Amino acid sequence: MNVKEIFETMEYGPAPEGSAEAHEWLDGYGRKFGHFINGEFTKPGKTFASTNPANGEELAQISQAKKGDIDLAVSAARKAQSDWEALSGYERAKYLYAIARQVQKHSRLFAVLETLDNGKPIRESRDLDIPLVARHFYHHAGWAQQRDRLFPDQSAYGVCGQIIPWNFPLLMLSWKIAPALAAGNTVVLKPAEFTSLTALLFAEICQEIGLPKGVVNIVTGDGDAGEAIVNHPGIDKIAFTGSTGVGKAIRKATAGKGKGLSLELGGKSPFIVFEDADLDSAVEGVVDAIWFNQGQVCCAGSRLLVQEAVEERFIKKLKARMETLRVGDPLDKAIDIGALVAPVQVKRVQDLMKKGEEQGAVRHQPDGAVPSNGCFVKPTLYTNVQPANIIAEEEIFGPVLVAMSFRTPDEAVTLANNSKYGLSASIWTENINLALDIAPRVKSGVVWINSTNNFDAAVGFGGYKESGFGREGGKEGMRAYLRPNWELKLKSLGKSTVPAKPKLFATDGIDRTAKLYVGGKQARPDGGYARSVVNADGKLVGEVGEGNRKDIRNAVEAARGALSWGSKPAHTRSQILYYMGENLDYRRSEFADRLREMTGVSAGAAKKEVELSIERLFAFAGWADKYDGAVHNPPVRQMAVAMVEPIGVIGIAAPDESPLLGAVSLLAPSMAMGNTSVLIPSESAPLAMTDFYQILETSDVPGGVVNIVTGAKDELTKTLAEHDGVDAMFYCGDAEGGKKVEQYSVHNLKQTWTNKGKAMDWTDREICEGEYFLERSTQVKNVWVPYGA
Amino acid sequence: MSLKAVEMPHAAEEHKRNPGFDLDLGWLRHVRMNRSALERRAATIGTRRSVKKQWQAAWLLHAITNIDLTTLNGDDSKGRVERLCAKARQPVRTDILTALGVEDLGITPGAVCVYHNFVADAVAALEGTNIPVAAVSTGFPAGLTPLATRIAEIEASVKAGAKEIDIVIERHQVLTQDWQGLYDQVKAFRAACGEAHLKTILGTGELATQTNVAKASLVCMMAGADFIKTSTGKEKVNADLVTSLSMIRMIRWFHEETGIEIGYKPAGGISKAKDAITYLAMMKDELGNQWLSPHLFRFGASSLLNDIERQLEHNVTGRYAADYRQPLV
Repeated sequence: MNVKEIFETMEYGPAPEGSAEAHEWLDGYGRKFGHFINGEFTKPGKTFASTNPANGEELAQISQAKKGDIDLAVSAARKAQSDWEALSGYERAKYLYAIARQVQKHSRLFAVLETLDNGKPIRESRDLDIPLVARHFYHHAGWAQQRDRLFPDQSAYGVCGQIIPWNFPLLMLSWKIAPALAAGNTVVLKPAEFTSLTALLFAEICQEIGLPKGVVNIVTGDGDAGEAIVNHPGIDKIAFTGSTGVGKAIRKATAGKGKGLSLELGGKSPFIVFEDADLDSAVEGVVDAIWFNQGQVCCAGSRLLVQEAVEERFIKKLKARMETLRVGDPLDKAIDIGALVAPVQVKRVQDLMKKGEEQGAVRHQPDGAVPSNGCFVKPTLYTNVQPANIIAEEEIFGPVLVAMSFRTPDEAVTLANNSKYGLSASIWTENINLALDIAPRVKSGVVWINSTNNFDAAVGFGGYKESGFGREGGKEGMRAYLRPNWELKLKSLGKSTVPAKPKLFATDGIDRTAKLYVGGKQARPDGGYARSVVNADGKLVGEVGEGNRKDIRNAVEAARGALSWGSKPAHTRSQILYYMGENLDYRRSEFADRLREMTGVSAGAAKKEVELSIERLFAFAGWADKYDGAVHNPPVRQMAVAMVEPIGVIGIAAPDESPLLGAVSLLAPSMAMGNTSVLIPSESAPLAMTDFYQILETSDVPGGVVNIVTGAKDELTKTLAEHDGVDAMFYCGDAEGGKKVEQYSVHNLKQTWTNKGKAMDWTDREICEGEYFLERSTQVKNVWVPYGA
Repeated sequence: MSLKAVEMPHAAEEHKRNPGFDLDLGWLRHVRMNRSALERRAATIGTRRSVKKQWQAAWLLHAITNIDLTTLNGDDSKGRVERLCAKARQPVRTDILTALGVEDLGITPGAVCVYHNFVADAVAALEGTNIPVAAVSTGFPAGLTPLATRIAEIEASVKAGAKEIDIVIERHQVLTQDWQGLYDQVKAFRAACGEAHLKTILGTGELATQTNVAKASLVCMMAGADFIKTSTGKEKVNADLVTSLSMIRMIRWFHEETGIEIGYKPAGGISKAKDAITYLAMMKDELGNQWLSPHLFRFGASSLLNDIERQLEHNVTGRYAADYRQPLV
């Protein structure tokens, strides 16, 4: 086309970014890479091709890590770890700062290489991915230096195994490596097999700045290599970002191993447009939500929910906007949508689209062709989609948006939460009252008001529900790479004695059989059986209901029905906990006698356990309105409000020892933070907690906030830990029981805390009256609120 | 909102002038402008789009046709205006046009824009060309002279040969939400214009919020404006992409509701070729290709032309050009 013709048509032409430097870098390695272990590149082993998804051309051969490679990497990381952690925070900060500087200095090389390897538009790699990488390392240099001051009595996990996805290769690397190193860990990181190149370039930076050998190790390969990392006994913590399916497999594989685990998984995030939104800006928001990175974004706003009053107008605007999206060569500077990462992803997306259409969805795509020889998919909008349609439920991970409508704010919240995922949400309205009403009600780890896909190193990112657990970025992100020193000092829990079975109809005076406590009422066990409680001498001290599956079901039902407890003012929850303490104090001698009777402890010990239980209730009554959030300062004109929210329903399998204090120590923080719970008391000494019904009843605890089911602990725990309506599980018991809880939790990826078979010292105020259990009873939601008149 | 939408297919029909509509205050109540979101969009228009090689040349040549070549200074004189008009006749050196193969495109700026006192001189200097003369009017730049005087000013400029009248609105009417007052004045200005086209300068740098900018845009369009324009160039804040988005989205909305196409003119501070391309990309992507044509899009600028010329020379020769080698604007 000549100038004259273009003058008439005013079309865009090609505007390619040069890629010579990136190809030169690849040539420098003969386009064949080994792993980066102990500060050196290894000789390439068995390799596979890494290709450019925009044109199918091979870029390089990448080595497939074998078990031996992982062993070498882990032992290099192990060897380096204690010296690395022993460095002063300032020394570690200097290394992180040097990495940030190097990333900035070579930013265009990183950006071009990322685009070649991944297919994302150069605009994104240049303006978003790489600057965010540098920002992440700068930010964490600060955490490294302040670690000891801000996280006293905590230390690094040790060696972290990190497995990252292909959608933001270098950015996810930075999200993993920066906090791990700042906290004093060393790492073995595996990039996704489709996109290893920028990680290998990053390894070169580690060499250049003289990062101590073994602190960062990068091994390449497919899922088998990832599995070898997950199962490696020398790794103390696993951090994974990727699909929910693989996340679940990792949860299962690591169950009972005592490793730290953080999972950042999939999503099907709602994009909610109210009738009073700036609709044109919201349309642009949709572009940034679902047509950013070809929709291959875990937090992509892929479910459009529009208020009916503006639905028609909004969809019309959206369709018009789709016409101007430019799909094509990702290295072109005037391209909005590049290539999907690999042919297999294109097929996956197309298969889901086909199924969605079979289920009635109506497809809309802009006119115009896309390049035929790469992994390109047109931006797509589906209307006539019902919540039951597969494309409204499943994460598509492509440039595909499904649109639904709602009538009222409540209905918007219901639809938004009608998902197994809970990663992010975007809320568009010019009414601040409405925005701030909806934000806390949407179950997701991130909420963007009048914006979408904002990320910053200072602001935690991570999901609710099956979108995973653990946060990346900010203080929460640092916590995921540290653990309290006392955890490592705990001794193993002794075997609990199985009490002798008393005779079936033995009674002792007037029969007193405690029932279960469900929904604020004492309830007979469903099965109609009772179990005897005997003391250490085998003497019957009472009977309790033999709870079964159905009792757990009823209890969870009651707990879910009482979730509004979490939206009660913290002051109210505080008052109720104080009142419980007061009422327990009133009956202290009765409870002490009961403890003595059941467990045979001395009068002094029994008295102390009751007193500490009262103290604990007071402690968490006091905490209820104090363990709160923060306002972060991302480098944009927005405030990011980190809200501390309850997790939901927490299942508690209380310890056998300290039958009152142990249960109260887990129950009180859970209640204080607004969770409801289903508690399984000590199997051998349950009467302390059945007596507790009367404390609950006289202290104005709303029905359903605390539910107690007595019975066989293992059996009840299984039902509770498997229940999809339970959001978190605290378990105390032997190591095997803890392992099982972690295994049972897989289906809905509930968060778990177990004593890992260790003996907790429930009398230790440092451990049991502080932030440790508060943290485990809460999740942080970051709400981004832009402003400007 | 109460106005009936008119379906108007584009390419086929002649541009239909804004007939003016009744003031619809209900419409204004539906205006929602989110500054942060507008800023984010504005920030990526220039980073999402880029034109290179012959595309860049063609786009820059096109930008010239969108320029209202302007001089609005206290020390303007007949000689200064004549020099400006001479530049308008030949905005790009012939050797450059020949090298680009576009000498027969007849590229000239959209208009020459001057104070009333120089309208007649400009009309004389442009005789034989199709380049219209635009006059700033109505107590430019503050717009706070008596209404009768302002209307007389318009009439005088039209009489002197101005084909376009750039009026200023009274900003306080926006700040106090006196929409009826604003509407009445603009309607009166439009009547005074007769056949001449009316461009309404909002003085956006003094309107405080994007919501005010958007509402004022709508009121001016309802009152019969042919163009809405950002600035006089005399406010502290000139045209920018954020304000431009607010205004052109109201143009889009007005078109959706009425079928009438209103022109857009950012003015003040646009002096670089790259900025011009970003503005063109914004118009193309937000409103469509038809809004690139001079009857719907103008830059109020003067030194912009020199920068474009330099870029065109570079495009032809591969050498970076010096400004003193381009004939002065």
